[in-house]
Formats: sequence, C-alpha cells, structure tokens
Amino acid sequence: MSMKTDTAPLVSLTQAGVQKGRDWLVRGVDLTVEPGEIVTLIGPNGSGKSTSAKMALGILKPTEGTARQRTGLRVGYVPQKLMIDWTLPLSVERFMSLTVKVNRDEAFAALGETGVTHLAKSEVRNLSGGEMQRVLLARAIARKPDLLVLDEPVQGVDYSGEIAIYNLIQELRNRLKCGVLMISHDLHVVMAATDQVVCLNGHVCCRGTPTDVSQDPGFQALYGARAGGAIAFYQHHHDHVHLPDGRVRHADGTVSDHCHPDHDHGDHGTQSAGGGSSADEKRAANAG
Amino acid sequence: MLDDFFTRALIAGIGVALVAGPLGCFIVWRRMAYFGDTLSHAALLGVALSLLLQVNTMLAVFAVSVGLSLLLLVLRRNDTLPADALLGLLSHSALAIGLVCLAFLTFVRIDLIGLLFGDILAVSKSDLAIIYAGGTFVLAVLAFVWRPLFAGTVSPELAAAEGMHPERANLIFMMLMAVVIAIAMKIVGVLLITALLIIPAAAARRLAPGPEAMAALAAGIGGAAVVGGLFGSLKFDTPSGPSIVVAALGLFIVSLLPLPFLSRSEDTRVR
Repeated sequence: MSMKTDTAPLVSLTQAGVQKGRDWLVRGVDLTVEPGEIVTLIGPNGSGKSTSAKMALGILKPTEGTARQRTGLRVGYVPQKLMIDWTLPLSVERFMSLTVKVNRDEAFAALGETGVTHLAKSEVRNLSGGEMQRVLLARAIARKPDLLVLDEPVQGVDYSGEIAIYNLIQELRNRLKCGVLMISHDLHVVMAATDQVVCLNGHVCCRGTPTDVSQDPGFQALYGARAGGAIAFYQHHHDHVHLPDGRVRHADGTVSDHCHPDHDHGDHGTQSAGGGSSADEKRAANAG
Repeated sequence: MLDDFFTRALIAGIGVALVAGPLGCFIVWRRMAYFGDTLSHAALLGVALSLLLQVNTMLAVFAVSVGLSLLLLVLRRNDTLPADALLGLLSHSALAIGLVCLAFLTFVRIDLIGLLFGDILAVSKSDLAIIYAGGTFVLAVLAFVWRPLFAGTVSPELAAAEGMHPERANLIFMMLMAVVIAIAMKIVGVLLITALLIIPAAAARRLAPGPEAMAALAAGIGGAAVVGGLFGSLKFDTPSGPSIVVAALGLFIVSLLPLPFLSRSEDTRVR
C-alpha cells in the first residue's frame, strides 16, 4: 500500500446523497472514519442512516457527491438482520468463514470474545436474536477488519449484554486500531467511546461528541453501575424542528415549507423523534 | 463397453446428475426453482432456432438461455413487473414461441415427445464427450466462484459490504445454469430438467451437515436416481426420463422418513 493511501481516511463521504425515484433517501452527507475512530450514526426511522452506511461500504452508489474507500480496505460488516433460509444447512462454525477462510482457532477465539463459543456447532437459523448479534459480531472481527461497520449491533441484546458488547467494541478498536462505523436507532444514548456522533434526518442535522454522564446517579439507577462508562448521552444542538406535516419551524418561531441541505441554514431536530425534540428546540432557541 | 446404448445412457445420466446436484442446491437455497423452469422451457425455443439456423442444438439452447437470463436481469432492474410474474411471462412466451416455430418447420420431422421428456437412450459417444467436458467445466467454475456465490446466497448485502461482488457471482451462476440445461435437455427433456436440479438437492437437505456436504450429497443422490430410474425403465418398460425423476422422488421421500441414521441437520445445539 502506498504512502498516499495509508494516510487517507478509511472511508469518506463528501456531500453524498442517494435518490430513489423522485425521492432523496438522504442528501449532503459528509462523513469520514479514521483508523481507531468510532463514529455513530443516529436518527429516526427512515432518516438515511443505513443508506449512508451503505454508501460508505460501496453497496450503494451515491447519486450525487462522492464515496471513497481506502484501497485494499478490509471491512467487517454486522448487518441489522440476517434471515437464513431454512433450506440452508449452515452451522455457526461454517458461517464464520463465509466471506474469507478463517482457521478454526481464530474462529473460536472470536466466538469466545463475544461469549458464544458454545454455539459453534449450532445451526445459524436456530439462533435467538441476541445470539445472532454476537455471532455476527464474532464473524466480523474474525476477519481482522480495518473498518468495522455495525448496523444496530445491540438490537435484541439485553442491557448487560449491551454494555458487554460496547466494551468489546471499544476494546477491539484499541487492539486492532480499526475504525468503527456504528448505526444506532437510539437518539439519545450512544456508546460513550464514540468520538463523533452524526445525527441524520434526511441530511446531517448535527454532529458532535457524546457527553459522558455515566457517573450521574440517575443514569446509574437506569442502567446500573456496571454501565461503567460504556454508554453516554448525546446532547442535540438543533435550531429548527421538522413538524409532522412536513413544514419546518425555525428557532425564531417562523415556519417554512422546506428544509433542504443545499439551502443555507443550520441544523434541526425532528418533532417525531420522540421525547427530546421540544427540549432541543428550546435549547437551540436559547442558544440563538 | 460404450457400444451398448444402455451403458451410454447410464454414463450420460450420471454425468449430468453429478453437475445438476450442486447447482440444484443453489437453486433451492436461492428460491430460483421457477427460474430453472423458465430457462428449460426456453430450451424448446433454442431447439427450434437450431433447426431454423442449422446450428448445433446444445449451442442454440445455451445461447437462448443466456439471452433470456440477461433479459431477465435487465427487466428486473427496471422494475417492469414483479419477479414471479416476469418469470411466468418469459417462461411461457418462450415455450409458446418455440412451439410455434417448430410448427413452421414442416420440412423436418421433430420428435416433440423426445424434446419434452428426453431421449437418454439415444445418447451418442459425442454427446457423452460434450456432457463430460461441459460438466467438468461447470463444476470447475462453480468451485471457483463457490465462496462469493455462497456468501451472496446467505446475504447479498453482507457479501457486497465485504467486497465479494455477489452480482458477478450471480451472473456466472446463471451462465452455468444455461450450460447445464443445454446438456441435460437430452437426458430428461425440457419439462423435467428442473426436477433433476431440485429433487436431489431437496433430498440431500435433511441429511447434510453443511452446504458443501449438501452439494456432494445431491450429486450422489442424483446419480443414484439415474441408475435406479434407468434400470426401472428397463424392467417395467417405462419412459426413461420420467423414470429417473420418479426414482429421485422416491429417494426424496426416503430422506423424509424419521430414520435415526438419516437425521442429521436437526438442531445439534447440545454438544
């Protein structure tokens, strides 16, 4: 690999967008993931999180803007869902070598890291949701990836398991020096080790670092002391809100019809995002 | 030895079954049974064209199958119709055009029954050479694209994310299907090719501990069905192509029986 490619980000999106039919799934996304960096994409359903991740992975070609991957990039991908056809005889052990031949020791080491060694001989289609997530993660890390892409990796995993998986991802980042691109449907609680949170709602709403509140008594009551810094809150800083009827209310109280990324205005939250949006709006109003 | 028509039929049938088994597994896993039907029905159009244009039959059938596969890919990409309706349209249109073309060919006498149900007892030595050369080629290519094709079967998205080019593997798989249909047509006929692809794979399903084992088992079961079917047709004086399919069906039913030494792929979670 040349010097030039070594210093490039693992992946980068520049003003990237995908159009399907007449609708834009997402537009104007700027995103980079550097080695050793953890980037979390958040946003409500249909906000373009998965679409953005797919552009970064090269599965979807951007209709506008560019998507670049470092040459020779080795990706470990944990999809949101994996339905195995029941006609397919596939053991976890064989599944570990799905895209690249992984030797037995490495496969078992990876399964051990996610705590599912005992499932090695099980049929993949018989796994529960939480077991499946752990197996998917084990398969991705057995590839020794440069970039780990996780689409809602803690879906279906119980709280203590969630903390364990977050701790594992952080540990992997430190050990493998890989970049991590994570998608989370939770708008407010993200993994504490996240370096950069990107909030999407059809475009980039806001971005920043999560605030670590794991020492907060209220937080500990909710998640238990074991959370130990694994998760944190993400404070949104939006200056306008998407109303349910599609219009946009700005921080100064005015309401307009559109909110396009190519219009020159600031970030915004969404009314339907559940819970925090009015607070976001107030905060934004105070800031403005 | 090859001078005996029955021996030639056996060798030809086994050769086709060895290739059809592994390919059939992918058809079962990818739920492409109807695609197999579509290609085989189009084979009749290939036969008609070969007679019209005076070219080799297998070549014409292969060309029509490839053309139809590509047409299907293009139409599917443009969201013309749902995939199953599209397949039905192409399948029966190709079959109908083939039959209409054959009706125009009044100057040649065509054994339509032979086309539809196969004529394995009329296999020549050069047919054998084509079957084994084509079969070896198909299995070699299949082995070469096995990992990306299998990864794409499990999850196209995951395969694409990890740089496996599942689309390309998919295209190669369609070409291999076209080759197999071209060489299998003479053995079981256009109406029963899909059966030879699917039934051995389905029978292997419950016995196989893994995908590779299932492919190998399907090849073996297909071979056994050919042997059983041909001897059965000799003994009971039944048509050979359908007899092979009936034998395969018998093996499939046996695989469903709850015999202790057969059950393999039930959950083995407890070690």
